[in-house]
Amino acid sequence: MARFVVRRLISVVLVLFAISVVTFLIFQAMPNGDPALRLAGRLATPETVQAVRKQWGFDQPIYVQYLKMMEQILTGQVISYTQQLNVIDEIKRGLPATLSLAIGAGIIWLGLGILFGLLSALTAGKFLDRGLTVLSLIGVSTPVFLIGALMLYYLGYKLSLFPLGGYVKLTDSPWGWFTHLLMPWFALSVLFIGVYSRILRSTVLDTINEDFVRAARAKGISERRVIVRHVLRNSLIPVVSLFGLDFAAIIGGGAILTESVFNLNGVGQYAAESIGRLDVPPVLVITMFTAGAVVVLSAVVDIIYALLDPRIQL
Amino acid sequence: MSLLEVDDLRVSFATEEGVVHAVDGVSFSIDSGEVVAIVGESGSGKSVTAMTLMGLTRSPNAMFEGSAKLRDLELVTASDEELMSVRGAEIAMVFQDPMSSLDPVYRIGDQIVEQIRAHDHEISKAAAMERVVELLERVGIPRARERVRSYPHQFSGGMRQRVMIAMALSCSPSLLIADEPTTALDVTIQAQIMRELSALREETGAGIILVTHDLGVVADIADRVVVMYAGRIVEQGSLDDLFYDPQHPYTWGLLGSITRIDRDRSQRLPAIPGMPPSLLAPPEGCHFRPRCPFEFDSCRSVPPLEARVQDPPGHRDRCWLTPEEKRAHRQVDGEIGLAVEGTVTS
Repeated sequence: MARFVVRRLISVVLVLFAISVVTFLIFQAMPNGDPALRLAGRLATPETVQAVRKQWGFDQPIYVQYLKMMEQILTGQVISYTQQLNVIDEIKRGLPATLSLAIGAGIIWLGLGILFGLLSALTAGKFLDRGLTVLSLIGVSTPVFLIGALMLYYLGYKLSLFPLGGYVKLTDSPWGWFTHLLMPWFALSVLFIGVYSRILRSTVLDTINEDFVRAARAKGISERRVIVRHVLRNSLIPVVSLFGLDFAAIIGGGAILTESVFNLNGVGQYAAESIGRLDVPPVLVITMFTAGAVVVLSAVVDIIYALLDPRIQL
Repeated sequence: MSLLEVDDLRVSFATEEGVVHAVDGVSFSIDSGEVVAIVGESGSGKSVTAMTLMGLTRSPNAMFEGSAKLRDLELVTASDEELMSVRGAEIAMVFQDPMSSLDPVYRIGDQIVEQIRAHDHEISKAAAMERVVELLERVGIPRARERVRSYPHQFSGGMRQRVMIAMALSCSPSLLIADEPTTALDVTIQAQIMRELSALREETGAGIILVTHDLGVVADIADRVVVMYAGRIVEQGSLDDLFYDPQHPYTWGLLGSITRIDRDRSQRLPAIPGMPPSLLAPPEGCHFRPRCPFEFDSCRSVPPLEARVQDPPGHRDRCWLTPEEKRAHRQVDGEIGLAVEGTVTS
């Protein structure tokens, strides 16, 4: 276990280094990416641009700029170019909304994905299975901005069942928090429910033909016990690994569209706005944050793996 | 009354290509303490017959006819609840592949406890585990008290099959079905497992149905033998009837293709020519006809399974040849075998 933790910590450092270098270089290579031009304003004279360039250190060699940026990030002093606000504080401000979105949606999509996948597998080829297959294909192929817009228009505007976007803190009003998040949770979950139910359906259909399932039936235990304890338990392993990665990506600001459509002001929305402004520091920090979340959660997935399957050793 | 009475059992499966008659009118019976071997090659319907007795072949595509009675309970039409209470308790099964028949994610002990507690609702977990330890000791697993906490992947194939046998014995079944229990194991382990099975019959008085294609195993342990070919029984009788006075050409072929220590090793081992027929479109009449060198006009109609030799009444076969013709045809080089091209007949 100690070796496992050490190995994973080393891999976090390596991944963060690689991803920060790549992200940093992409912005350097981008045409029209000179931040001094944008910082100096639209009507700035060449002298002003030059002064800004010198002041922010954009005239230094790339590796010096990179190291300076890393120093600022690691000491928590990194400032965005356009808003001139501390990036770490901005991310902290968006994190509760993003975490609320990710956790609620994660529970919904994992629960419904497993339920629909299992139902689909157990009724394979029958009407219910076909219906669920069509639904999951629709879910996978409908973009979240369309689902979100439809929900906002019909459920929010026409029927006034839910508030039209925005985020309310859990500590301010638990009920407000819940009603504001219900639509985003489902809008974000639709795609994942579709994907997860398809994957679970196929793993359940593979598992159900295993010899040990037939042997379990031969013991005289109930069919329900056979399905839950033997079939489902053995089918969950691929779903768990997927869930860790998807969940990490959303915590790291991956739900850009959902956060923007419902105006949640989370990390994803901050990322989207920063990319629009070609603002390097926030994009870099959010990218590193996402990568870190993925690496850490994949370690958690590996631990759950070992708990689910005794053949796996950490 | 027999322990199990199977009468004209038929099992067919609807597949994409058509209806497959996997078991086509099988009848046999077994008493307590008796070992009946069902012999045949892959696809002969022997495993389907065995699994149908436990209701394990039930599916929307399967059709069943005939009867299989365990004492008074009709297994073919039994409800799912009735079958559930019979499975594991009255009829237990040892499967072919011990490597894949245990659930990889649970401890050995817990898997056997699960079966005990499915049939005995009063017993505590601890008491059930105590019984598991005894069972594992009985089938020869050393340090059983520690090994109950092991997972299947920590056991060898032979050990896992012992675990499967212990599990099958856990509720003292009156009928044990062993479906090729030694096929996946190496030869030294095979002998040990077969010894466990014989000892068990002596101790518990359970009836054992042994499904196998290994005639060596049959000769060791069986009291009676049922030979199946392409879904039908072609011959059945006592061990001695089958080995010393076989009536069906397919049985001759099986006997002739055993490796024997007293046979001249310079010759190739004789095999039955051809392939078993497709069960989608089986040949008209006798199913063995296309591979039989002694085929004649009558073979186009199905020979009934009946006693054709006088002495032992239980010895029945499905071949139109007269007993005298059979005695003459089955001699190959002074041994019983199926005369085929390239084999010298004497």
